[in-house]
Amino acid sequence: MGLRRGHRAKPLEWMAEKFIFLVSLSAILMIFLIFIFIGREALPVVFGKMNTALLQKVIPVSQMDKMTELQLCDYLGLTTEQFKSMDHETLKMLMELKVETTKTSSENKDASINTAQWRYLLGPYQWSGYSRPEYIWQPVSEVPKYNIVPLIVGSLKITLVALLFSVPMALGAAIYVSQLARPRVREIGKPLIELLAGIPSVVLGFFALIVMASALQSIFGSQSRLNALCAGLALGFSVIPVVFSIAEDALTSVPRSYVQAALALGASQWKAAWQVVLPAALPGVFAAVALGFGRAIGETMIVLMASGNASLLSWSMFDSTRTITATIAAELGEVVFGSAHYRILFLIGVLVFLVTFLTNLAADLVMHRLKGSIEGKK
Amino acid sequence: MSALAGPSELHRQERPGRAGGPFKEGGSRQFRTGQFDWVSFLGTGATGLATLLILAILAVILGNVLIHGLPYVSWRFISTGTAGDMFDVNKAGILPMIVGTSSRVILMTIFVLPVGVLTAIYLTEYARTTSPLTRVIRGAINNLAGVPSIVFGLFGAGFFVRFIGRELDGAFYRSAATVWGQPALLWASATLAVMTLPVVIVATEESLRAIPQGLREASLALGASKLETILKIVLPQAVPGIMTGAILAISRAAGEVAPILFTGAAYYMADLPRSLHDQFMDLGYHVFILSTQSPNVDKTRPILYATVLVLLLLTFALNIVAIVVRARVRKRMRMLQ
Repeated sequence: MGLRRGHRAKPLEWMAEKFIFLVSLSAILMIFLIFIFIGREALPVVFGKMNTALLQKVIPVSQMDKMTELQLCDYLGLTTEQFKSMDHETLKMLMELKVETTKTSSENKDASINTAQWRYLLGPYQWSGYSRPEYIWQPVSEVPKYNIVPLIVGSLKITLVALLFSVPMALGAAIYVSQLARPRVREIGKPLIELLAGIPSVVLGFFALIVMASALQSIFGSQSRLNALCAGLALGFSVIPVVFSIAEDALTSVPRSYVQAALALGASQWKAAWQVVLPAALPGVFAAVALGFGRAIGETMIVLMASGNASLLSWSMFDSTRTITATIAAELGEVVFGSAHYRILFLIGVLVFLVTFLTNLAADLVMHRLKGSIEGKK
Repeated sequence: MSALAGPSELHRQERPGRAGGPFKEGGSRQFRTGQFDWVSFLGTGATGLATLLILAILAVILGNVLIHGLPYVSWRFISTGTAGDMFDVNKAGILPMIVGTSSRVILMTIFVLPVGVLTAIYLTEYARTTSPLTRVIRGAINNLAGVPSIVFGLFGAGFFVRFIGRELDGAFYRSAATVWGQPALLWASATLAVMTLPVVIVATEESLRAIPQGLREASLALGASKLETILKIVLPQAVPGIMTGAILAISRAAGEVAPILFTGAAYYMADLPRSLHDQFMDLGYHVFILSTQSPNVDKTRPILYATVLVLLLLTFALNIVAIVVRARVRKRMRMLQ
């Protein structure tokens, strides 16, 4: 405010001001906390500290009393809390169990592999029983396989379908509603399209699963009823309002004088919109698409319900597909706290967060610049 | 509609140009052509069609849910519990889910409103718009708005449940029992509060900015301090805007499932939640369960549709209230300025 106070602020006032300031930092704090607390759970995997190998050095049960608490926890894969809640007998049984499993699993030639290492997370590997190196996500099996490439491909594939379908439609509608439609149509159309954003994603997922899937299958005759196409289309429904409202805002914020000048030069309304307004609002349109991408890649319930969730590595639109987000949602509820599987789920969570964080940042910067340039020209 | 109106409008606009002889055609962008302007016609048609198609999608989804869901929504359905088997078409009710969803949303509002409103007050009344810190705060808010809901779920599980919950247990409960260190109503609400923080901030800020500067200056000129001005002059004017923010936050949170999957939602509970550290059943999660875990999807379809309809009515009613309140606020502000 332009006014300067003639007197010193009272202590109470000063404290209130500082308090308000501190609270206003909460958004920054939350972003930090999200990074720290998701990253914290994933760190052991990042640094290769986890060991999932079944075949490890076996310690005879008789040695048990000579080991320290820490060694025992480490050997049996227990947390200190779990350790404390167990008595001597239970621990002894666990030791015996460990010896047993080692005996049976030593027949499996993959048993000595620590599958939570980076090269098994990202690279193909020829597991025993397979004819060639493959990317496999199979966290619940004798030798857990945590290759995240199929999940990344799945996420990208479904996002691509969603964007290809929704971006042209949302941008077209934004151009029409902001530039071409009569005021009455505009007043009704805009809130109606934004109402689409009010449909919870679980309802869109339900709609894709119960209604769309069968209809699409009968049209395209695909083998699996739930596939990337079905999930991608439903995902597109949730992306449309995001892209639409941001693009519409950007288009509307272009000064009216641009359009008037174009019309005065004899342009049709369409040409004024397409050749004058759209180029001026292009950064905003870019931001809209970027945020739409962020929304699509992070969406969970729709893909969890409608994509079929088979972790195949394929680019076909008609194959059942598993995404990163759906994997987290489906598996985190059932994993053992602190296990390699648990940590890898947090790791892919960090991955999704990073991707959306960067797209949001880019969109934010571009929007900021657009605002500056338009305000400058006014 | 306007696709039909297109050509005639084009002619109307082109005629004066053609008649005004002194204008020469040419330049970098050639707007005028002699014949019927197909490009404009098709362009207008295509964008109009896109708009219609989106509205059609909306209509199909809503119509489908309404037609299949309405016959089964009854007072008994929304006022009784699940009574043993939640997949039994004749006995299933969704009262526990309505109670669960309502309580997590109300708790969330209590958490998020003070923080969101104070942040908005700082941004409009105290912060200098050009300072880098303000820019960073705004960036963080925009970014928080775009964080995927499943990431909030992970955050809630890692921070609220595993960290704060465990610490509370360690500090107050000597026994090994976990009271707070597990998914609970409190943690689900807190997670949702973090998620909806940007919604509240943006709506409140908009309403604060719409208040004429003259009101503040008059108050300061009469000798009121800045804090008094904010509390007695600015905030009362902003109440409708703050309410809009709260309603938008509630309608966003009411339908979210991913953030509460690991922070409090329960597959089935015999009782209603009695305290903050209980788990709860949830409308959105129930829709997920009914559509993916049902032993017989065709048989349970009526319950599914009815539950979806109730959820949609809830979120839409809130949305429409928010839209109406916001429209009135904007109108009044335009009159004031």
